[in-house]
Formats: sequence, structure tokens, C-alpha cells
Amino acid sequence: MTVFAFAFYLFAIVAVVAGFMVVISKNPVHSVLWLILTFLSAAGLFVLLGAEFVAMLLIIVYVGAVAVLFLFVVMMLDVDFSALKGELARYMPLGLLVAVIMLVQLGVALGAWKTADMAQSLRMSPMPDGMTNTEALGMLIYDKYLYLFQTAGLILLVAMIGAILLTLRHRTNVKRQNVIAQMHRDPAKTMELVDVKPGQGL
Amino acid sequence: MTASDFSTVLPEFLLSIFAMAALLVGVWFGKDKLASTLLWATCAVMLVLAAWIGLGGSGTHQAFGGLFIDDAFARFAKVLVLIAAALILAMSADYMERRGLLRFEFPILITLSVVGMMMMVSAGNLMSLYMGLELQSLALYIVAALRRDSEKSSEAGLKYFVLGALSSGILLYGASLTYGFAGTTQFAGIIEVVKAGQLPMGLLFGMVFLIAGLAFKVSAVPFHMWTPDVYEGSPTPVTAFFSTAPKVAAMALIARLMFDAFGQVPGEWGQVIGLLAGLSMIWGSFAAISQRNIKRLMAYSSITHMGFALLGLTAGTVFGVQAMLTYMAIYVTMNVGVFAFILSMERDGQPVTDIKSLNLYASREPTKALAMMILLFSLAGVPPMLGFFAKYAVLTAAIQGGYIWLALLGVLTSVVAAFYYIRIIYFMYFGKEVEPLDHRMPAVQWGLLVASALVTVFGVFNLFGIEGAAQAAAAALVN
Repeated sequence: MTVFAFAFYLFAIVAVVAGFMVVISKNPVHSVLWLILTFLSAAGLFVLLGAEFVAMLLIIVYVGAVAVLFLFVVMMLDVDFSALKGELARYMPLGLLVAVIMLVQLGVALGAWKTADMAQSLRMSPMPDGMTNTEALGMLIYDKYLYLFQTAGLILLVAMIGAILLTLRHRTNVKRQNVIAQMHRDPAKTMELVDVKPGQGL
Repeated sequence: MTASDFSTVLPEFLLSIFAMAALLVGVWFGKDKLASTLLWATCAVMLVLAAWIGLGGSGTHQAFGGLFIDDAFARFAKVLVLIAAALILAMSADYMERRGLLRFEFPILITLSVVGMMMMVSAGNLMSLYMGLELQSLALYIVAALRRDSEKSSEAGLKYFVLGALSSGILLYGASLTYGFAGTTQFAGIIEVVKAGQLPMGLLFGMVFLIAGLAFKVSAVPFHMWTPDVYEGSPTPVTAFFSTAPKVAAMALIARLMFDAFGQVPGEWGQVIGLLAGLSMIWGSFAAISQRNIKRLMAYSSITHMGFALLGLTAGTVFGVQAMLTYMAIYVTMNVGVFAFILSMERDGQPVTDIKSLNLYASREPTKALAMMILLFSLAGVPPMLGFFAKYAVLTAAIQGGYIWLALLGVLTSVVAAFYYIRIIYFMYFGKEVEPLDHRMPAVQWGLLVASALVTVFGVFNLFGIEGAAQAAAAALVN
């Protein structure tokens, strides 16, 4: 077994097991932690494929931001998970039925699945000749599709303007921090040092 | 990006730069004091750009590997969109200011949505189509909810947003099917796959979903349900904007998509669009009869008019596209005038939208009533006015394209639609005595109302040269 194959099976098995643990963990905080392990293993698989940029993205965005946000939400929300588990048992037969139907459908779809001739070779080489994967992605996003990238930026700008325009209210009678005034306060005028004798008080 | 790519998108680029600069200025120099200045500056910039695009552009250019197409068709639609947006902004200044709605973001959002519309009409790829569409829609959702302390305005914004998101979903579903079956998102590539007269089943589904998604944007029946509520709830200047510029852009986008990507099979999409056109004409004219609110009435009126414009497209011919473009230009002209009038409908400084309040209006304001009467007759399609020639052109196109039953339907429904326009005229001239509306009307609104009425009367001689431009635009699209 080569190092490559060993690494692949390691990451793959860890990903599947961790994914399973996400579902069956009793404690939701543990679920999120297992989810992070799943993401990390998936990132490892991406590295093996040669798609190192997506791997880093997965770690930075999903592990660093999304999963941590999940963690916050799970810890802050006061949800009674044992009650939810009770509900689960009631809906189990229906859920299983839906799952079986979906499995059959997937089987039918996969049975009739035909891949394009080029797909296999394209998947093996996530980078064009003489270019790393990250460079290739950069060429697509910032060169070929620059127009779309900039338009996406404009759309986000509109979303930002909209969120501020529709929700920001300038309230009066609210005490706000005045940084300049704070910095220019003179300690000599506002602070007094008192030497208190033990046992006497002021 | 090469220099030629850049010079092709220069108008859009300059307009977005202007929007961002205006945003910086607005945020930096205290809040809404500059709003009115920014609004007039936006008008000026839009008019200058319209003149530049209209007079300066020539030929057909592609940029960014076909993502963006600049041709006579796109230029015609862009000029129309820019002029419509500038005029609506100009007449909204006074109304917004007195209602305390003139936030400096308003002209900026309108500018960004106009940028989106310009991208839409120049789209040469399903991706750039979607990006442009989303940019314009998102800005429109926000301005619909601009009067955020009013329940109706928030409802309008939310309703528009939810249904707009649904339509985007449908559009994307269609786009993904089209991509899956054509193997490319480029219009020029899709038309290669669609061999003359043959449309694979998957592409047919994709095309129908794409049309359905776009029909939301032009509010064609059965995708119209948001229109009356959004028109009623939004601030009136925003309603005026909704009924002009975005309609032009969406209509041009439908034409662009149909001819550039599915131009080989005009029969396939002709029947889909014909169905939309027929239903819009029927429902728009019958449902408006019971409306007493002039903004809701204008919503149904715009549904009917979109039906007529789609009728021109149904034919799938050069003349059909030309008729559709002429129709949209005339429709925008009439709507600018009508909304200038609606903006001035006030009693004790409060906006009034009930058409009964116009009772005996003519005895107090003969000029305005006359101008409004001309515009309403024109909207109804009564012969000496411009509106008749618009309808005549699309009906001719439909008959030439072999859709005689649709043309007949168009004539019948326009008779029904004439009823509710003429009822307003009846109120203005022969109604009962009611508490009068305010006399006040800002000069800009008065000027636009009268100018629009004059154009509708005197335009019949040569349509102000629109015909030739529309012909060139249609020829550039259909080849």
C-alpha cells in the first residue's frame, strides 16, 4: 500500500465515521466537534486530489467560521434535545419510508448514469498545464469571469446598503462613547489618590 | 481584461463608479442633506450617458469572451432605461422630500438597479443574465420598502422579495437545465446545439423555466400576483419606476434570450410567450374594472400592456421585435406622464389614490385634466394618439406571424381595457361634486405631464425617429 492510498483510506474512513458520529451523538456540542473532524478529513481528501485551494477554503471558512458559529448557536440556544429525541421516535417510520424511497431513486438514477468522455480525465487533473490549482482558479475568477466577479461585488454592496437603509435608526437621547473626549480627560482633575490607613476607612 | 473589453463596458463602469462615489459623498458629508443634490446629479449623469450611448455607439462588440454584448438592440434598450429612470427620479424629488423619504441612498439604489438593467440587456451568457437581473431586483426590493414605517410599504417590499426570490429560483432551475443539456451557458453556444427546428426535450424544459422566471419580472399572467400589492404599497415614485425602466429591461432580456439562444426555434417559444401575452391581456383588462385605487389600476394596466408587448415578440420576426421596442418606448412615455399626474394627486398635502377624488377635476384644472385625458386615451389605444400606433404595430406583427387569434383577442381586450381608462375621464369631466384636490403641482411634474401629453399627440407624425432606431435595433438582434 502506497502512502497515497494509505492517506486516502485514512481520511475517507475518518470522514465517514465522524459524519456518522455527527448524527448519533447525544450531545449537540459533540456533534459540532465531530462535524469539524469531518470537514478536516474532507480537506485532506481535497489535498490528495490536488485541489489545495478548496482544501484551505474548507478549513478557513467551514471549520474556522461556520462550525464555530454553529458551536455558538448550539451553546446559546436553550433547546431541550431530549424532548426532540422523543419526537424523533414518533416520526421514525415516516422518515425511514422517505429514506428508502430516496435510496431507490438514487439507485435508479445511478444505474442510468453516463459520464461524459472527458469527465474522468478532467477530474484527475484539477490544474491545467504549467499552473497550480490555485493559479487556475485565480485565472477563472479574476480574469475570465472578472465581469461576473465585479457584478457579484456590486450585488453585495446593494445588499449592504439595503440592510443599513431599512434597519438603521438614529436614536436620540442615547449616551454614546466619545473617544476623543475620553482621551483628553485629565487624570489630575478626575482622579484623586487617597492614602487610607488600615482599619480606619475614609 | 483587455482595453477593448474595458471600453465596451465603459458606460456601465462609469455609472457604477458614480454610484459608489455618490455613496462615499453621502456617507461622509452628513446624512440626507445632500440627497436632493445627489438626486439631480444622478439625473444629469443618466441623461448624459443616454446621449452618449445613443449617439456614440455603433456596430456590435463583444466583451469578456461573450459575457457582454454591445449592439444596436442593447443600446436602444439602455437609452430607454436611462431616460426613463432619469425622468422618474426628476419628478420624484419633490414628493420624496415632503414625505421625508428622500434618503441619499434612494438615487444610489436607483442608479445601481439601472446598472443591473444595462447588464441585463447586454447579457450574452446565462451567468451574466442572472447577475444583472439580481442586481436590479435586489435594489428594487429595497426601494419598495423605502417607507419603512408604513405597513403597506414593508409588505410590498417583503412580498416582492419573496416572490422575486421564487422567480430567481425558477430562472436558475431553467438555466441549470439549459446548461446541462446544451453543455454551455453562452447564448452563442446554445444556439449551436439547437439545430434548426429541433429542440431537445431537456432544453425545452429549460427554456420554459427561463421564460417563467423572466415573466415574473415583466409581471405577465400567471406570474403577476405580486404586481397590484407592490404597486399599491410602494411609495408612488417607486411605483412609477417599477412600471417603466425594469419592464423595458426585462422585456429586452426576454427578446435577447429568445433570439440569441433559441432563435432557431421561434415556433417553440412563440406559443409559450403567446400564451403569456393572451392571459396578460385578458386578466389585466378584466381585473382592473373593479379597481378604485389608481395605483392598483395602473398595475393592472401595466399587466395588459406587457401582454401587448409580448404579443410583438410572439411573432418571432424582425418586425415583431421592432414593434415590441416601439411599444415599450411609447409605453414609457405615457407612463411618465400619467405618474407625474398621480404624484400630484393630493388633498391637504396628503397623497390620494382613490379615482373618485378626481370628480369634476376638469372644471378646476382644465390643462392638467386635458393632458391626463390625452394620456388615458393613448393608454386605451384610441386612434389619434400614439398608443394606438403602438398597439397597431404589435397587432400587425402578430398577424404576420400567424397568430391571428391572439391579435383578435388583443383587439377585444383593449376594448374592455378602454372602459376603465374612460371611466377616469368620465369622473374628471362629468362626475359629482367632491372635496377638491390640492392645486399644487411642482414645475417638473407639470412639465413632464404636459410634455408627455404633447409627445403622445404630435408623435404620430414620425414617432420622433424612434421607428428607425427600433428597426436597426431589431435587425441587430435577429439575424
